[in-house]
Amino acid sequence: MSRDMALPFGAAVALVVVLLDRALGLGILSALLTLLQLVMTPVGWVVALATPAAAALGAWKWLVYLLLVIAGGYGFRAAGQAMTGNAPFYRDMTLAVAVGYVFAAVVAIAVAYTYSISFSTAGGMPDSYFFFRLAIHGLAAAVVAAILFRQLGMWIGTPGSRKLFRQMPGTAAFGIFIILCYAIAAIFAAWIAPYGQEEVLAKANIIPLVSAEMGGDPGFPLGTDQIGRDIYSRLIYGAQNTVGIAFVTTILAFFLGVTGGFLAAVLQGWTDQVLSRLVDVLMAIPALIFSLLLITAAASLFKGSSLTVAMIVIIAVIDSTRVFRLARAVGMNIVVMDYIEAAKLRGERMSYLIFREVLPNAYAPLLAEFGLRFCFVFLTIAALSFLGLGIQPPLADWGTMVKDLGQFVNYAAFLPQYAMLPLLPAGAIALLTVAVNFVVDWMLHRSSGLKE
Amino acid sequence: MTDRDVLLEVRGLKLEGRSDETWTPIVNGVDLTLHKGEVLGLIGESGAGKSTVGLASMGFCRDGVRIAGGSVNFDGIDLVNASAATKRSLLGKRIAYVAQSAAASFNPAHKLIDQHTEAPVQHGVKSRAESEKDAIELYRKLRLPNPEEIGFRYPHQVSGGQLQRAMTAMAMSCRPDLIIFDEPTTALDVTTQIEVLASIRDIVDQFDTAAIYITHDLAVVAQMADRIKVLLKGDEVEEADTRTMLSAPKEDYTKSLWAVRSFQRPQKPAVQTGATSVIAVKNVTAAYGKTPVLFDVSFDIHEGRTVAVVGESGSGKSTTARCITGLLPPREGHIEFEGTALPLDYRKRSKDQLRQAQMIYQMADTALNPRKTIGELIGRPVEFYLGLRGREKRKRVEELLEQIELEPSQYINRLPSELSGGQKQRIGIARALAAEPRFIICDEVTSALDQLVAEGILKLLAKLQDELRLSYMFITHDLATVRAISDEVVVMKDGRVVEQGQKDDMFTPPHHPYTDLLLASVPEMDPDWLTNLLAQRGADNIGDAAVDKMT
Repeated sequence: MSRDMALPFGAAVALVVVLLDRALGLGILSALLTLLQLVMTPVGWVVALATPAAAALGAWKWLVYLLLVIAGGYGFRAAGQAMTGNAPFYRDMTLAVAVGYVFAAVVAIAVAYTYSISFSTAGGMPDSYFFFRLAIHGLAAAVVAAILFRQLGMWIGTPGSRKLFRQMPGTAAFGIFIILCYAIAAIFAAWIAPYGQEEVLAKANIIPLVSAEMGGDPGFPLGTDQIGRDIYSRLIYGAQNTVGIAFVTTILAFFLGVTGGFLAAVLQGWTDQVLSRLVDVLMAIPALIFSLLLITAAASLFKGSSLTVAMIVIIAVIDSTRVFRLARAVGMNIVVMDYIEAAKLRGERMSYLIFREVLPNAYAPLLAEFGLRFCFVFLTIAALSFLGLGIQPPLADWGTMVKDLGQFVNYAAFLPQYAMLPLLPAGAIALLTVAVNFVVDWMLHRSSGLKE
Repeated sequence: MTDRDVLLEVRGLKLEGRSDETWTPIVNGVDLTLHKGEVLGLIGESGAGKSTVGLASMGFCRDGVRIAGGSVNFDGIDLVNASAATKRSLLGKRIAYVAQSAAASFNPAHKLIDQHTEAPVQHGVKSRAESEKDAIELYRKLRLPNPEEIGFRYPHQVSGGQLQRAMTAMAMSCRPDLIIFDEPTTALDVTTQIEVLASIRDIVDQFDTAAIYITHDLAVVAQMADRIKVLLKGDEVEEADTRTMLSAPKEDYTKSLWAVRSFQRPQKPAVQTGATSVIAVKNVTAAYGKTPVLFDVSFDIHEGRTVAVVGESGSGKSTTARCITGLLPPREGHIEFEGTALPLDYRKRSKDQLRQAQMIYQMADTALNPRKTIGELIGRPVEFYLGLRGREKRKRVEELLEQIELEPSQYINRLPSELSGGQKQRIGIARALAAEPRFIICDEVTSALDQLVAEGILKLLAKLQDELRLSYMFITHDLATVRAISDEVVVMKDGRVVEQGQKDDMFTPPHHPYTDLLLASVPEMDPDWLTNLLAQRGADNIGDAAVDKMT
């Protein structure tokens, strides 16, 4: 499509969306507007400080802000060009990129401003900036720790590992650092946690992170749940249970999927047909529903820890279908290589072909998939636990914890600290997922040979 | 030439490439002057920086390459410091580029003519309708079959040579002042190449377009260029008129390039009748699924001899090799090794039978597992067939590396990616030798290599043959290689053997008409060769068009 067609076409699409939205009552537009308003509100504060009149613009103010940001981008680029004597960086900058810079700056200023006023809450009132402040502090601490971690990696270790750390982007260092923290928490849970995961202490519903006169207890930094178990200890044990089980499940899923996928790729013909159709059948049923069904069935046969083993096998089998697809596709590209033909003509056995010739060349995509698959498995387990079918109480598990503590969210208006409790295990899940993805991105980038 | 206006002037061009966190120089100050309507040939081995220089003269750098110094001046415009907008307005309109692989450069999802008209419409040179009309005119000028209709096909529906010409037409769509041809015929068969060369030369002439023609094939550049510049490892070696350059090169390096094509082994005496052959292909007929590809192919390969199998792509050369190795069991006929029939399927052959016939591949990149070190690659057959382990294995690997003229201590722990193309091909040879075979199939082993490097490989193969009494089946489409190394020649076409015999007989007339055409299509160093050939045969009696007439 030529460029001059883009505008009418875009307008037509927008019109159709608006009409559909009106006719069907989907609420897409209002949701979009709300979202925009959410984003623009901090911008609004900044603008409102400069021009009190802008604050009076009411519902249309976001549009004005948007135009202001675009104008800002234009001005920023023009200023850059004038000041640097038309340096290539500013000369070849598109307007969209310039607007992006200005927008990022506006958001940064808004965040800084919000942070600066967040301390001035009147005593006795609920601290509405509590979460905001916590997120900023947590993020800052993690970033600083990741930077230190990377510096450490650059100083100690073999020349190879030092080089690795030097070339590593900040996000990867952050991800590795977080994963390391989780691993340490999971492995040494029994030593780190002050109490046992199943231990019921006589103090229920203690509010976290506040002084004794407001209902806190320094012995329980994150408070206790409804039946008096220490939440901090349960969070740490949760790392062991949830992450550990997810890890085992992913390994099993990969073993099944990779072996099957490579077999299908190398042998082709009937083996490929049978395995692929089997996988198709398994994939045809929605994964979560299917695992719910199978685990419910398994629950009537197994109890306790053997039910957990059954769950691991069920999730591994279901997830191995996705791994199979990838391994088969990657394998297909590798088996057409001449070195595979050379190995076949040498008379090598199937296991040598799969594990010594094909596998080493598939590490990059498989590792990337491993990271993602681990996150999915981990979320599936958390979801199953949330539904009461995953890891069984009294074992601590983040999914179960989100479910058990969920009702505290209702206290957000007058006891923000208390309402934070379900966010802790949820945040733990989110943080690990983000960290794993950072590392996977980096690995993909490295192995794809796209350096710089 | 000098009285014409200067179109492109490159002065002291320095380019750097990024590797391992540092910028290393890859081109150290190349000067280049191109007048309007002039064709400059840029030649050199791979890694000489010719493609990088070609791209830089459009003001463009690949990822990980930067211009570190010098100037590129195109018709008064400084391309090094030009803004992105200025370059956008020039590229495709006044400067065009023709890449080596047209198949990889066309977008497979769009019809040829849609891709052709994109640039003129974007640049506002022509309307869509005008541009389509012009495309058909250009297709006609480039002698594409069915010019009215061919543009409405998708890239996969036309052959490689036609695609390369369609790409040249596309480069011409805005009538640029300068076209950069980056090895446009390297991936083509000789009979296809000659057609593409003739049409490129013709159209560049007609529109008086200036061109930079990048290639490593001297005979090709001799036909195309007015002047030739030789590059070596990022440095300029010399530059002169085509005729001066060919008749009286000044520098030693240039002379060595010129001399390569003369390597030739003497013809060995004919084998006595009745001697047992190492490999005998007996009346082999084979098919892929229902498509027949080989018809009653028979030939013998004797001890210490090289049989070259010649033909274009699709003639069944490689399929014959697949039948011999057992990857494609023939429908009829059989393969004999030293007088006894081999099982047709490789899976049914014994370890020893597999060991006796080894293979060396065209693309060393795909033939060597990139995740294994040289020691592992060569060591595996040593361990697998001969049962050597530990120190004995290492000793044997070192011997093999010495045989292929690579220093063992330096190479044994490297990965294939840390070697040059020629070195990789040597590793392929060593891996075949490691099995201690009697017979080796060489499938286009020198096609992907520069001429100097290819000559080294051919000499090595010849030396090994004499030392170890090896028999080679040498698959190639390059007749210069055939002349250099073979004892006997088998010419194949459409799955049949059209002619076979001793090398010397094959290169002296009378020939089978197909052999004649193949021989006539090989470019010669004489700059008038193509002109004379066209005058002698006419534009419709060369290349694929002539092949089509024959069938």
